[in-house]
Amino acid sequence: MFDPIYAVLCIATYWFFVGIIGGVLLRNRIRCLRVIFSLGTLGSVFLLVTSSLSLNKFPSDLLLSIGIPEYPFRLHWDPLTGFFLILLSVPSLGISVFSGDYFRHLDCRTQGMICFNYHLFLASMTWVLIAADAYSFLIAWELMALSSYFLIVAFKSTQETQQAGFLYFLIAHIGALAILLSFALMLQGQTDFSFAAMRHAQLSPASATMVFLLALVGFGAKAGLLPFHVWLPEAHPAAPSPISALMSGVMLKMAVYGILRVAFDFLIKQEVSWGMTALIIGLLTALFGIILAAVQTDMKRLLAYSSIENLGLITAGLGLSILFNATNHSQLAVLTLVAVLFHCFNHALLKSLLFLGTGSVLHATGERNLGRLGGLFSRMPWVASLILIGVLAIAGVPMLNGFVSEWLLLQAFLFSPQISIPSLIMILPIAAAIIVFVIGLAAYVMVKFYGIIFLGKPRESTLTHAADASALEKCGLVWLVGICCLLGLFPLILLRPLTLVADFLLRLTSPTFSLFHTKHSWLFLVPIQAQRASYSPLVFFCVMMVIYVVLVILIRKFYHGRLRRTHAWDGGYPGQTARMQDTAEGFGQPIKHIFKPFLHIYLEVPKADDKNPHYRIQIADRLWHVLYLPLKKSIFYIAKWVSKLQQGRISSYLIYSFITLLILLWWVL
Amino acid sequence: MNIALAIVFQIIQSALLILIAPIFTGWVCQNRSWLNNKKGAGIFQPYRQLHKLFLKDSLLAYNASPIFRITPYIYFSAMCLITAIIPVLSISLPFAPVADVIALVSLFALARIFLALAAMDIGTAFGSMGARRAMLVAFLTEPAMLMVFFNIALIHQSTALATIVSTALTHALTINPSISFAAVAFVMVLLAENARIPIDNPTTHLELTMIHEAMILEYSGRHLALIEWASSVKLLNYFAIGLALFFPWGIATLPTFSGIINAGLIFLIKLLVLGSGLAIFEITTAKMRIFRVPELLTVAFVLAILGVLIQLLGVR
Repeated sequence: MFDPIYAVLCIATYWFFVGIIGGVLLRNRIRCLRVIFSLGTLGSVFLLVTSSLSLNKFPSDLLLSIGIPEYPFRLHWDPLTGFFLILLSVPSLGISVFSGDYFRHLDCRTQGMICFNYHLFLASMTWVLIAADAYSFLIAWELMALSSYFLIVAFKSTQETQQAGFLYFLIAHIGALAILLSFALMLQGQTDFSFAAMRHAQLSPASATMVFLLALVGFGAKAGLLPFHVWLPEAHPAAPSPISALMSGVMLKMAVYGILRVAFDFLIKQEVSWGMTALIIGLLTALFGIILAAVQTDMKRLLAYSSIENLGLITAGLGLSILFNATNHSQLAVLTLVAVLFHCFNHALLKSLLFLGTGSVLHATGERNLGRLGGLFSRMPWVASLILIGVLAIAGVPMLNGFVSEWLLLQAFLFSPQISIPSLIMILPIAAAIIVFVIGLAAYVMVKFYGIIFLGKPRESTLTHAADASALEKCGLVWLVGICCLLGLFPLILLRPLTLVADFLLRLTSPTFSLFHTKHSWLFLVPIQAQRASYSPLVFFCVMMVIYVVLVILIRKFYHGRLRRTHAWDGGYPGQTARMQDTAEGFGQPIKHIFKPFLHIYLEVPKADDKNPHYRIQIADRLWHVLYLPLKKSIFYIAKWVSKLQQGRISSYLIYSFITLLILLWWVL
Repeated sequence: MNIALAIVFQIIQSALLILIAPIFTGWVCQNRSWLNNKKGAGIFQPYRQLHKLFLKDSLLAYNASPIFRITPYIYFSAMCLITAIIPVLSISLPFAPVADVIALVSLFALARIFLALAAMDIGTAFGSMGARRAMLVAFLTEPAMLMVFFNIALIHQSTALATIVSTALTHALTINPSISFAAVAFVMVLLAENARIPIDNPTTHLELTMIHEAMILEYSGRHLALIEWASSVKLLNYFAIGLALFFPWGIATLPTFSGIINAGLIFLIKLLVLGSGLAIFEITTAKMRIFRVPELLTVAFVLAILGVLIQLLGVR
């Protein structure tokens, strides 16, 4: 019988070798970028086909006897792995196609470097998903961090980039340490590192909570949860756009996979307090991320903060799901989990799409600063139209995929009064309100992002020379947009398999629940009951199309379709220039005004008698100033004191040894 | 037979809402005129204006993108779609399962996002200012609105409007204290979302206070006509949602002709009263500074939250 685990293992190995071959060829100045990335794309296609065909297969294991003797690599396949492999393959397909053209301007050496690390990155993410023991999981996890680190720093060797890479590496390792501790706690000193042993570990409630919290910190550092989100807005602008897309779209989801694996698969009994922790951290992250996104002026930083926001929403949803499961509402836990997984998938697609779009804009204009862009719709109609769909989807507009997951999540929140814990019942409605607020603010941010880059007049004269994306780049974008529209109009394609994954995670052996199963269920999306709530994107779309056509026909019949081109009116004021449009700062102004406490604002305004007046504003993450800078300061302070011990004289070192010996003797005796 | 009849009623209802929307706007204006001791232009004035606008050519700036041209149509069709989902005349609407109230709100969001994008499209100072402010008001109102729906969902165990109305109609009339909080919050949301006083002034063209008007400053001819018409349908839609949530009595439970006609008459009477109420409120209130708006909407949010908490406490 066909076992998907072999196929996935082959694809991971294939990617690894594609990377090596590509790296070697490109370093020897053989121009084969398109070929190599096409080969990489092929891997994504196979992975997509394999994992979607075998999503409903039973879990299977594989023992791979390579590496250290006595410690073989254990690999496994289950629906959770399968879903995340689909999540890896769909965006990576688009990104690989896009990358085939994107890196063409670089010199061969850098191309080779990127080619190797890119495919290694893909292979290691696949490996993370199929790893079934702590040992191989952590190797893959580190390989993932390492290859992405090289991808960030390979591109440009500026100090900024190096610092961003270092910050990423540092936080990735704090996270890895926490994950290691969490695994160690579960293993309780056994020599069997396999996930199966972790599943059967007998943990006391206190140590189970510890395991969960460590996993939340460890994977949360990768996911960009508060307070470990600081690396995202630094690393994403530094990395080339397809890499940002892959990191933000796919790698962050590996962290979600990790949390899911630990919280639902390893730990059998969840507790209410875990759910609350995840919910609160998630909400804070979402709120923080979106408010900071609203005041950004760099398009990639804006998207990075938006990623933080989305991961926050995902974590909050996870928290709710744990709450439901801990209070024995497994049907609602399934619903929430499905919403969360769907949101993971949507975010993977949309963030890849938007980051690739910024890549095209960056290539065409050389600008990342929103204040110097504008009016690109007429110059780059393809990119602009495709990104429009991505922006609308991420802003939560119906008929597109982003709305479906947000709607499901809100539906799940509307069921939260069924949890009969008095303290929770008061908090959950407010949590739902915060989520709606975040979604609303996300729409604001996305209107800002799109409006300032693509609409209006060009803010710089150089922008008139901007050219649209190349053929392969367009193909990559079209693939992602196509999947977005497909999932938006027919969400059940993905929702049905997702219930399988959620059933597996919650150990529901017989999926007896009628989730998404009603009479006209191909047309209507019905979470629990038709009386309760339903939604049909396809009808939305068809009716709006019909109304549009009827409107156009009626207006032409009864009136006319005349149109004249003129100059913009704008209230009749003469002499308006492109500089008078809202800038990114202008668009962020109300947010600055309302959310002052969240931001660290440094403002320099001209005085009345300034000869050369200028206005300068710097907005920083408040957490840098509250947490990281004091932390850095205190570490330096301690280090300074410790360094006083270092005298450089042999006699003082002998005294140290003597004192140590005395203390130890005293201790022992 | 029932299905066919239901579809006929569905179409009647949508057509009715779309057609009386300008008249309703005219009724509000007429009331304002009367209250100002003016004669007023009559309730059909919006129709005359729409006719005039449809006759004129549409002017399009040189740098306008397709988004600018398509927005009036999207706005109008979104509002038309919403008229088909709200139970106004009868609860047995074949269209009702298409969206629950949250999906309905997202349709309003769709229209708003497109308007904001279109406003930024020409690249004028007023347009982008209006877009920014409209989006600001939107994200401040949405949490309050959700809390209102949360409250309703707690009472009726549903977010589908048809179910809400039918449970409200079939159960005995009980005064629910939480509903009153929700209703006040909803009215504040309604005013904010429809660009009415005290958040925005629908009749102003004073540059610095505009929100909605600033967004549509560049539109003319049939595009402007569609937007104006859609805006009045939007106002009516919000009233219809409010009536369905808080005052559904009169809506027909069975699709019969007499029931429909009865429901239609009751709906019109409700609208007449509410239109006058809106005019009186607008006449007696002053517009707010834009940065006072968050405070007002926070009040709406807190009221809605209070409603939910009262409901939760009451249930227990």
